[in-house]
Amino acid sequence: MRQQKTNDIILQTATKLVSFIILLFSFYLFLAGHNAPGGGFVGGLITSSAIVLLLLAFDLKTVKSILPVNFIYVAAVGLLIAIATGAGSFLFGAPFLTHTFGHFHLPVLGNTELATATLFDLGVYLVVVGVTMTIIQTIGEEE
Amino acid sequence: MQLLHLAILSPFLFAFIIPFLAKYAKRVHTGWFVLILPVLLFIYFLPMIRMTQSGETLRSVLEWIPSLGINFTVYIDGLGLLFALLITGIGSLVTLYSIFYLSKEKEQLGPFYVYLLMFMGAMLGVVLVDNVMVLYMFWELTSLSSFLLIGYWYKRDKSRYGAAKSLLITVSGGLCMLGGFILLYLITDSFSIREMVHQVQLIADHELFIPAMILILLGAFTKSAQFPFYIWLPDAMEAPTPVSAYLHSATMVKAGIYVIARFSPIFAFSAQWFWIVSLVGLFTMVWGSFHAVKQTDLKSILAFSTVSQLGMIISMLGVSAAALHYGHTEYYTVAAMAAIFHLINHATFKGSLFMAVGIIDHETGTRDIRKLGGLMAIMPITFTISLIGTFSMAGLPPFNGFLSKEMFFTSMLRVTHFDLFNVQTWGVLFPLFAWIGSVFTFIYSMKLLFKTFRGNYQPEQLEKQAHEAPIGMLIPPVILVALAVSLFFFPNILSYSLIEPAMNSIYPTLLADHEKFHVHISQWHGVTTELLMTAGIVVIGTIGYLSLNKWKGIYKLFPSKLTLNRLYDKLLTLMEKGSYRVTKQYMTGFLRDYLLYIFAGFIILIGGAFAIKGGFSFKTEGMAKIGVYEIILTLVMISATVATVFARSRLTAIIALGVVGYTLALFFVIFRAPDLALTQLVIETISVALFLLCFYHLPKLRLKTKTRTFRMTNFIISLGVGIIVTLLGIASSSQRTKDSIASFFVKHSHDLGGGDNVVNVILVDFRGFDTMFEITVLTIAALGIYSMIKTKVKEEGKSGE
Repeated sequence: MRQQKTNDIILQTATKLVSFIILLFSFYLFLAGHNAPGGGFVGGLITSSAIVLLLLAFDLKTVKSILPVNFIYVAAVGLLIAIATGAGSFLFGAPFLTHTFGHFHLPVLGNTELATATLFDLGVYLVVVGVTMTIIQTIGEEE
Repeated sequence: MQLLHLAILSPFLFAFIIPFLAKYAKRVHTGWFVLILPVLLFIYFLPMIRMTQSGETLRSVLEWIPSLGINFTVYIDGLGLLFALLITGIGSLVTLYSIFYLSKEKEQLGPFYVYLLMFMGAMLGVVLVDNVMVLYMFWELTSLSSFLLIGYWYKRDKSRYGAAKSLLITVSGGLCMLGGFILLYLITDSFSIREMVHQVQLIADHELFIPAMILILLGAFTKSAQFPFYIWLPDAMEAPTPVSAYLHSATMVKAGIYVIARFSPIFAFSAQWFWIVSLVGLFTMVWGSFHAVKQTDLKSILAFSTVSQLGMIISMLGVSAAALHYGHTEYYTVAAMAAIFHLINHATFKGSLFMAVGIIDHETGTRDIRKLGGLMAIMPITFTISLIGTFSMAGLPPFNGFLSKEMFFTSMLRVTHFDLFNVQTWGVLFPLFAWIGSVFTFIYSMKLLFKTFRGNYQPEQLEKQAHEAPIGMLIPPVILVALAVSLFFFPNILSYSLIEPAMNSIYPTLLADHEKFHVHISQWHGVTTELLMTAGIVVIGTIGYLSLNKWKGIYKLFPSKLTLNRLYDKLLTLMEKGSYRVTKQYMTGFLRDYLLYIFAGFIILIGGAFAIKGGFSFKTEGMAKIGVYEIILTLVMISATVATVFARSRLTAIIALGVVGYTLALFFVIFRAPDLALTQLVIETISVALFLLCFYHLPKLRLKTKTRTFRMTNFIISLGVGIIVTLLGIASSSQRTKDSIASFFVKHSHDLGGGDNVVNVILVDFRGFDTMFEITVLTIAALGIYSMIKTKVKEEGKSGE
């Protein structure tokens, strides 16, 4: 479609800056999800929007070379993590998807709450990233 | 399992070996192996006569589904034994006959004998079981095996047509009968016929009495080829002749008679039973005999004759109900006695006649009466058999048909003296109809005999050089006609051995202990009305036969378009075409029509339930105050919605839809749902982008092509759905009966889930299971899109090569 390559220097420079901020924000949303608004779903969506921004500023090939990931695998890994977290409760004789949490004293972070639910949320996060990116890339690749 | 159960099931078990015998023992005709079984069974059942004669019965239970009360209960009394002997006896003869009738080389013997044995077993089951559900099972097995036997020469169109017709009619009747049995079960809470007979008073007073009776009679009438269901029987004549002889004269068509006789003790008290059974029987008798005269095919004559004779037996069973009101004097029980006697007689002479016709067909190559003639000298033995058979059928001495016909007249004449069921007015019709039917019976009997064996021999018309049949084919009909003659001279060997016990089954409640029905059959009563009637039949019948060509024209009076066969065919095509048309009407193939049905159904069901149950209510208590922001957002949303619906271009619609989505996100904000607002914002953005991408290639919206009525229906339906959903929402929020469980989540989100974001804790912890499958759904969607696009590309690449 595009006949000639336009010079998108402003867009590309801005993207290089902004996409990291978006990624950080999405990571924040993901981690904060248990106690504040956010979580795996929104986090995943915003991560993929950062990648979409990259896709818009550069082209498909460039982004693929930056992120040499097959996003279908990402979704699959996410599902696996979610199921494994659920099935992990079997090891402790608890019903499927029983979560637990505890407070630990970690070297750098200090007193931190760790919950298995976060692992499950990680699965959700990966699935959402994988699914959105697969859809957008597949449709985008189609000529 | 006792020997009795084994006896009933043995034909089925034996049928398993037949294919192997047919395949590996090719040198011997398979029929010889089969023959052993019915002979053994006959020998097994024969000594039981002594038991039933003394009024005893045999009962043996094999549990099948005891929790439902369905057990394989064998019950042997006079009636059952009589039928069992007929089935095994005639079965042996027919098997012997079929050995010579069916060629070892040309025919597929394995399937034939498998079907025949299946039929034999099913028939034994019908007459010997006590449990109606098991009876019904065997009943349908007879229908099924008869279907297979009629369609034995499945390469002929007519065989297939006849088989399908008989199956359709008898199975519809069978299903009606099943309904009747279930009704009886509902009344008496038992599946056992004997139990039902004990509760006869309960049944008679029940409101389901008439429906149960009519349903069971429908089953019996269809099976026994009564008017107007007889039409399958003439078409079933496409079966091989041994099958016709066995199924369509001696056994299967009598299953209906068996059921009528078996259920007489339960239903015969009522006037409806008397009138329906006797009138249907009488009318069928006249109708069948009248139409038999017209036929030119030998087997068709016999088919209509069977219809007529079955009608005669059934009419006698109907009349026999009178004895239940008058007591067991011979004066009133003669009808039952005559029915049973004629049942036996009919099996003997009709079986032999079918076999004789089979011989003629086999040895000349045709059954058309117009091509036959002058066979008397060529086939003397077949002629003798046919003579005895037809004379017995016509009711002439010295053959057994004469005796039962006299008794038939006696019972019909006595109807005129009844003073119950309002017989007085129309009672005179009974003997009149009986007499007219008998005249026609005489005529077609004579036609059958003389048109075949007298007249000129026309060898040029025949496919084969006519000659006498092999001895093996002659033995079975000779045995049968020998019975027919000897039963005339010694009828009383039957009276207390078979007839009296069978009557005992029809009237189980009439007799006190150690009493017996008076059964005496005599050849000579003196000059009675019955004898004069027979003399009249002979005189009028002879005149009628000789002048047949003169009055044959009256058959043309019946318009050929109004026959029952035409009606049946029309009905079938009508049903087929009608259902096709109806289906075509609503299965348009347009998705929008189906959506219309779904939404209209939604409106009618939910709205109807709302209106009937008065489910609407509106309460203002507990409602929150409406703020300024809500009003503004609602107005924005409404205008965006209107814009979406009335948009002229697709782009406008997409943007307007986006506005709706973002306004929704704002609603989530002001209703304090930050997670939802976040997600809604991002998802709305992505979906709008996807919409833009997808619709980029599509043509412009074509609003003009849609008609006004189409738009009006859509408008009405959408309005209806909107109103219903709104009402539903208002009503359900006003009628909240219990507190929400949300307080639990809020309270325990921190200590049980370890998080303060209640929404997230619910999603991943309290109800993580749902989330897990939602992400599965997402993955499936992604994979679907991926494979849809990628495989399409691949296919295009292939076709391009």
